[in-house]
Amino acid sequence: MHYVVPPDDFTRAGEASSAVKKTLKQIGMNPDVIRRVAIAMYEGEINMVIHAHGGEITVDVAPDRVDMVLADEGPGIADIERAMQAGYSTAPEEVRNLGFGAGMGLPNMKKYTDEMTVESTLGVGTTVRMSVFNHAG
Amino acid sequence: MTVEQIAQKLDLRIVCGGDSLQREVNGRLYCCDLLSIVMGRAPADGVWVTVMANLNTVAVAVLCDLACVVVAEGMAIDETVTARAEQQGVVLLATEKPVYETARAIDRYCNEA
Ligand SMILES: Nc1ncnc2c1ncn2[C@@H]1O[C@H](COP(=O)(O)OP(=O)(O)OP(=O)(O)O)[C@@H](O)[C@H]1O
Ligand SMILES: [Mg+2]
Repeated sequence: MHYVVPPDDFTRAGEASSAVKKTLKQIGMNPDVIRRVAIAMYEGEINMVIHAHGGEITVDVAPDRVDMVLADEGPGIADIERAMQAGYSTAPEEVRNLGFGAGMGLPNMKKYTDEMTVESTLGVGTTVRMSVFNHAG
Repeated sequence: MTVEQIAQKLDLRIVCGGDSLQREVNGRLYCCDLLSIVMGRAPADGVWVTVMANLNTVAVAVLCDLACVVVAEGMAIDETVTARAEQQGVVLLATEKPVYETARAIDRYCNEA
Protein backbone atom coordinates (compact mmCIF):
# COMPACT_ATOMS: atom_id res chain seq x y z
CA MET A 1 0.00 0.00 0.00
CA HIS A 2 1.23 3.46 -0.83
CA TYR A 3 0.06 6.83 0.48
CA VAL A 4 0.98 10.42 -0.21
CA VAL A 5 0.77 12.66 2.87
CA PRO A 6 -0.05 16.22 1.78
CA PRO A 7 1.83 19.14 3.37
CA ASP A 8 0.36 21.43 6.04
CA ASP A 9 -2.98 19.69 6.16
CA PHE A 10 -3.91 18.66 9.68
CA THR A 11 -7.46 17.95 8.66
CA ARG A 12 -6.27 15.13 6.41
CA ALA A 13 -3.47 13.81 8.58
CA GLY A 14 -4.57 10.44 9.84
CA GLU A 15 -6.18 9.39 6.58
CA ALA A 16 -3.38 7.02 5.69
CA SER A 17 -3.25 5.40 9.13
CA SER A 18 -7.04 5.07 9.25
CA ALA A 19 -7.04 3.44 5.83
CA VAL A 20 -4.35 0.97 6.85
CA LYS A 21 -6.23 0.24 10.05
CA LYS A 22 -9.36 -0.56 8.06
CA THR A 23 -7.50 -2.83 5.64
CA LEU A 24 -5.81 -4.75 8.45
CA LYS A 25 -9.18 -5.22 10.14
CA GLN A 26 -10.69 -6.57 6.91
CA ILE A 27 -7.97 -9.18 6.51
CA GLY A 28 -8.45 -10.22 10.13
CA MET A 29 -5.08 -9.11 11.50
CA ASN A 30 -4.51 -9.47 15.25
CA PRO A 31 -6.15 -6.43 17.00
CA ASP A 32 -3.05 -5.67 19.06
CA VAL A 33 -0.96 -5.49 15.88
CA ILE A 34 -3.56 -3.23 14.25
CA ARG A 35 -3.54 -0.83 17.19
CA ARG A 36 0.24 -0.65 17.33
CA VAL A 37 0.57 -0.11 13.57
CA ALA A 38 -2.17 2.54 13.54
CA ILE A 39 -0.71 4.58 16.39
CA ALA A 40 2.91 4.38 15.22
CA MET A 41 1.94 5.29 11.69
CA TYR A 42 -0.23 8.21 12.78
CA GLU A 43 2.61 9.66 14.85
CA GLY A 44 4.88 9.39 11.82
CA GLU A 45 2.27 10.85 9.53
CA ILE A 46 1.70 13.83 11.82
CA ASN A 47 5.45 14.40 12.10
CA MET A 48 5.70 14.58 8.32
CA VAL A 49 2.95 17.21 8.28
CA ILE A 50 4.26 19.28 11.21
CA HIS A 51 8.01 19.03 10.78
CA ALA A 52 8.43 18.33 7.04
CA HIS A 53 6.29 19.20 4.01
CA GLY A 54 4.35 15.98 3.90
CA GLY A 55 5.86 12.87 2.39
CA GLU A 56 5.16 9.32 1.32
CA ILE A 57 4.29 6.16 3.22
CA THR A 58 4.67 2.60 2.02
CA VAL A 59 3.14 -0.25 3.99
CA ASP A 60 3.81 -3.95 3.40
CA VAL A 61 1.60 -6.49 5.10
CA ALA A 62 2.50 -10.14 5.67
CA PRO A 63 0.74 -12.61 8.00
CA ASP A 64 3.56 -12.35 10.52
CA ARG A 65 4.56 -8.69 10.20
CA VAL A 66 3.69 -5.18 9.01
CA ASP A 67 6.50 -3.03 7.62
CA MET A 68 6.17 0.74 7.20
CA VAL A 69 8.48 3.19 5.49
CA LEU A 70 7.78 6.90 5.95
CA ALA A 71 9.92 9.13 3.76
CA ASP A 72 9.93 12.91 3.55
CA GLU A 73 12.05 15.58 1.91
CA GLY A 74 11.80 17.96 4.86
CA PRO A 75 14.55 19.78 6.77
CA GLY A 76 15.88 16.60 8.40
CA ILE A 77 16.72 16.00 12.06
CA ALA A 78 20.02 17.37 13.38
CA ASP A 79 20.31 15.17 16.46
CA ILE A 80 18.25 11.99 16.15
CA GLU A 81 19.17 10.72 19.60
CA ARG A 82 17.87 13.91 21.15
CA ALA A 83 14.72 13.88 19.01
CA MET A 84 13.98 10.35 20.26
CA GLN A 85 13.96 11.52 23.88
CA ALA A 86 10.59 11.86 25.58
CA GLY A 87 9.65 15.52 25.88
CA TYR A 88 11.93 16.90 23.17
CA SER A 89 9.95 18.96 20.68
CA THR A 90 10.47 21.83 18.28
CA ALA A 91 6.76 22.03 17.41
CA PRO A 92 5.65 25.62 16.77
CA GLU A 93 3.03 27.39 18.88
CA GLU A 94 0.16 26.96 16.42
CA VAL A 95 0.42 23.17 16.39
CA ARG A 96 0.86 23.07 20.17
CA ASN A 97 -2.54 24.70 20.35
CA LEU A 98 -3.92 21.71 18.45
CA GLY A 99 -2.60 19.32 21.08
CA PHE A 100 0.74 18.36 19.49
CA GLY A 101 4.23 19.06 20.74
CA ALA A 102 4.47 16.84 23.80
CA GLY A 103 7.63 15.39 22.31
CA MET A 104 6.19 11.90 22.65
CA GLY A 105 5.65 10.98 18.99
CA LEU A 106 8.99 9.30 18.26
CA PRO A 107 9.08 7.61 21.71
CA ASN A 108 5.58 6.24 21.03
CA MET A 109 6.68 4.94 17.63
CA LYS A 110 9.56 3.15 19.32
CA LYS A 111 7.33 1.81 22.08
CA TYR A 112 4.64 0.40 19.79
CA THR A 113 6.90 -1.16 17.15
CA ASP A 114 9.31 -4.08 17.31
CA GLU A 115 11.92 -2.49 15.08
CA MET A 116 12.51 1.14 14.22
CA THR A 117 15.27 3.03 12.47
CA VAL A 118 15.49 6.74 11.67
CA GLU A 119 17.76 8.00 8.92
CA SER A 120 18.00 11.72 8.40
CA THR A 121 20.15 14.18 6.51
CA LEU A 122 19.85 17.90 7.13
CA GLY A 123 18.39 19.68 4.15
CA VAL A 124 17.59 16.39 2.41
CA GLY A 125 14.95 14.61 4.45
CA THR A 126 14.05 11.90 6.89
CA THR A 127 13.18 8.23 6.46
CA VAL A 128 11.61 6.28 9.29
CA ARG A 129 11.32 2.48 8.99
CA MET A 130 9.13 0.62 11.44
CA SER A 131 8.05 -3.02 11.77
CA VAL A 132 5.39 -4.56 13.96
CA PHE A 133 5.53 -8.34 14.36
CA ASN A 134 2.48 -10.49 14.74
CA HIS A 135 3.71 -12.81 17.46
CA ALA A 136 0.42 -14.70 17.41
CA GLY A 137 0.46 -15.30 13.65
CA MET B 1 -22.13 -0.53 30.83
CA THR B 2 -22.73 1.21 27.47
CA VAL B 3 -21.68 4.69 26.42
CA GLU B 4 -25.33 5.68 26.17
CA GLN B 5 -26.03 4.60 29.75
CA ILE B 6 -23.14 6.70 31.00
CA ALA B 7 -24.33 9.72 29.02
CA GLN B 8 -27.87 9.43 30.33
CA LYS B 9 -26.97 8.74 33.93
CA LEU B 10 -24.42 11.57 34.18
CA ASP B 11 -26.31 14.03 32.04
CA LEU B 12 -23.64 14.31 29.36
CA ARG B 13 -24.86 15.79 26.10
CA ILE B 14 -24.66 13.38 23.16
CA VAL B 15 -23.07 15.32 20.33
CA CYS B 16 -22.89 12.37 17.97
CA GLY B 17 -22.64 8.63 18.17
CA GLY B 18 -25.20 6.53 16.30
CA ASP B 19 -24.63 2.80 16.71
CA SER B 20 -21.44 3.38 18.67
CA LEU B 21 -23.56 4.59 21.62
CA GLN B 22 -24.23 0.93 22.35
CA ARG B 23 -20.51 0.27 22.73
CA GLU B 24 -19.42 -1.31 26.01
CA VAL B 25 -17.10 0.72 28.21
CA ASN B 26 -14.48 -1.22 30.16
CA GLY B 27 -14.48 1.24 33.06
CA ARG B 28 -11.03 2.64 32.36
CA LEU B 29 -10.58 6.39 32.02
CA TYR B 30 -7.88 8.63 30.68
CA CYS B 31 -7.50 12.43 31.00
CA CYS B 32 -5.01 14.50 29.01
CA ASP B 33 -4.99 17.03 26.17
CA LEU B 34 -1.64 16.39 24.56
CA LEU B 35 -2.37 13.93 21.79
CA SER B 36 0.89 11.97 21.79
CA ILE B 37 0.63 11.39 25.50
CA VAL B 38 -2.91 10.14 25.02
CA MET B 39 -1.73 7.81 22.25
CA GLY B 40 0.95 6.43 24.52
CA ARG B 41 -1.44 5.59 27.33
CA ALA B 42 -5.15 5.72 26.60
CA PRO B 43 -6.72 2.28 27.08
CA ALA B 44 -8.71 0.68 24.24
CA ASP B 45 -12.46 0.62 25.00
CA GLY B 46 -11.91 3.30 27.63
CA VAL B 47 -13.29 6.80 28.10
CA TRP B 48 -11.13 9.81 27.25
CA VAL B 49 -11.93 13.12 28.94
CA THR B 50 -10.33 16.19 27.35
CA VAL B 51 -10.78 19.86 26.46
CA MET B 52 -9.28 19.29 23.02
CA ALA B 53 -12.02 19.02 20.40
CA ASN B 54 -10.55 19.09 16.92
CA LEU B 55 -10.18 16.73 13.97
CA ASN B 56 -7.06 15.22 15.49
CA THR B 57 -9.03 14.35 18.62
CA VAL B 58 -11.28 12.23 16.42
CA ALA B 59 -8.29 10.59 14.72
CA VAL B 60 -6.77 9.67 18.09
CA ALA B 61 -10.07 8.22 19.30
CA VAL B 62 -10.26 6.02 16.19
CA LEU B 63 -6.65 4.86 16.28
CA CYS B 64 -6.72 4.09 20.00
CA ASP B 65 -10.11 2.37 19.76
CA LEU B 66 -11.62 4.47 22.52
CA ALA B 67 -15.22 3.83 23.50
CA CYS B 68 -15.98 7.56 23.62
CA VAL B 69 -14.55 11.05 23.97
CA VAL B 70 -15.99 13.41 26.58
CA VAL B 71 -15.33 17.08 25.82
CA ALA B 72 -15.32 18.91 29.15
CA GLU B 73 -15.39 22.57 30.24
CA GLY B 74 -18.07 23.43 27.68
CA MET B 75 -15.46 23.65 24.93
CA ALA B 76 -16.96 24.45 21.53
CA ILE B 77 -17.12 21.55 19.09
CA ASP B 78 -16.86 22.58 15.48
CA GLU B 79 -19.30 21.17 12.92
CA THR B 80 -16.48 19.68 10.85
CA VAL B 81 -15.37 17.79 13.96
CA THR B 82 -18.86 16.42 14.60
CA ALA B 83 -19.18 15.41 10.95
CA ARG B 84 -15.86 13.56 11.00
CA ALA B 85 -16.70 11.81 14.27
CA GLU B 86 -20.07 10.77 12.88
CA GLN B 87 -18.46 9.40 9.74
CA GLN B 88 -15.81 7.47 11.71
CA GLY B 89 -18.25 6.11 14.29
CA VAL B 90 -16.71 8.02 17.18
CA VAL B 91 -18.98 9.00 20.08
CA LEU B 92 -18.57 12.59 21.27
CA LEU B 93 -20.15 13.58 24.59
CA ALA B 94 -20.05 17.10 26.03
CA THR B 95 -20.37 18.73 29.43
CA GLU B 96 -19.88 22.13 31.04
CA LYS B 97 -18.11 20.51 33.99
CA PRO B 98 -14.34 20.44 34.44
CA VAL B 99 -12.20 17.47 33.41
CA TYR B 100 -11.51 15.97 36.84
CA GLU B 101 -15.07 16.28 38.08
CA THR B 102 -16.36 14.65 34.89
CA ALA B 103 -13.88 11.78 35.01
CA ARG B 104 -14.50 11.23 38.71
CA ALA B 105 -18.25 10.97 38.15
CA ILE B 106 -17.81 8.47 35.30
CA ASP B 107 -15.35 6.45 37.36
CA ARG B 108 -17.79 6.32 40.29
CA TYR B 109 -20.64 5.25 38.07
CA CYS B 110 -18.63 2.57 36.22
CA ASN B 111 -16.54 1.20 39.04
CA GLU B 112 -18.19 1.90 42.37
CA ALA B 113 -21.87 1.46 41.64
N1 LIG C 1 9.90 13.96 9.82
C1 LIG C 1 10.59 14.85 10.56
N2 LIG C 1 11.33 15.82 9.94
C2 LIG C 1 12.03 16.72 10.67
N3 LIG C 1 12.07 16.75 12.01
C3 LIG C 1 11.37 15.80 12.68
C4 LIG C 1 10.60 14.82 12.00
N4 LIG C 1 10.02 14.01 12.92
C5 LIG C 1 10.41 14.47 14.12
N5 LIG C 1 11.23 15.56 14.00
C6 LIG C 1 11.90 16.31 15.09
O1 LIG C 1 11.92 15.50 16.26
C7 LIG C 1 11.24 16.14 17.33
C8 LIG C 1 10.55 15.12 18.22
O2 LIG C 1 9.49 14.46 17.50
P1 LIG C 1 8.27 13.85 18.30
O3 LIG C 1 7.31 13.27 17.33
O4 LIG C 1 8.80 12.93 19.36
O5 LIG C 1 7.65 15.11 19.05
P2 LIG C 1 6.74 16.28 18.45
O6 LIG C 1 6.27 15.92 17.09
O7 LIG C 1 7.50 17.55 18.56
O8 LIG C 1 5.52 16.30 19.47
P3 LIG C 1 4.35 15.18 19.59
O9 LIG C 1 4.69 14.08 18.63
O10 LIG C 1 4.39 14.72 21.01
O11 LIG C 1 3.08 15.87 19.24
C9 LIG C 1 10.30 17.13 16.67
O12 LIG C 1 9.92 18.21 17.50
C10 LIG C 1 11.16 17.59 15.46
O13 LIG C 1 12.12 18.54 15.89
MG1 LIG D 1 5.37 14.07 16.73
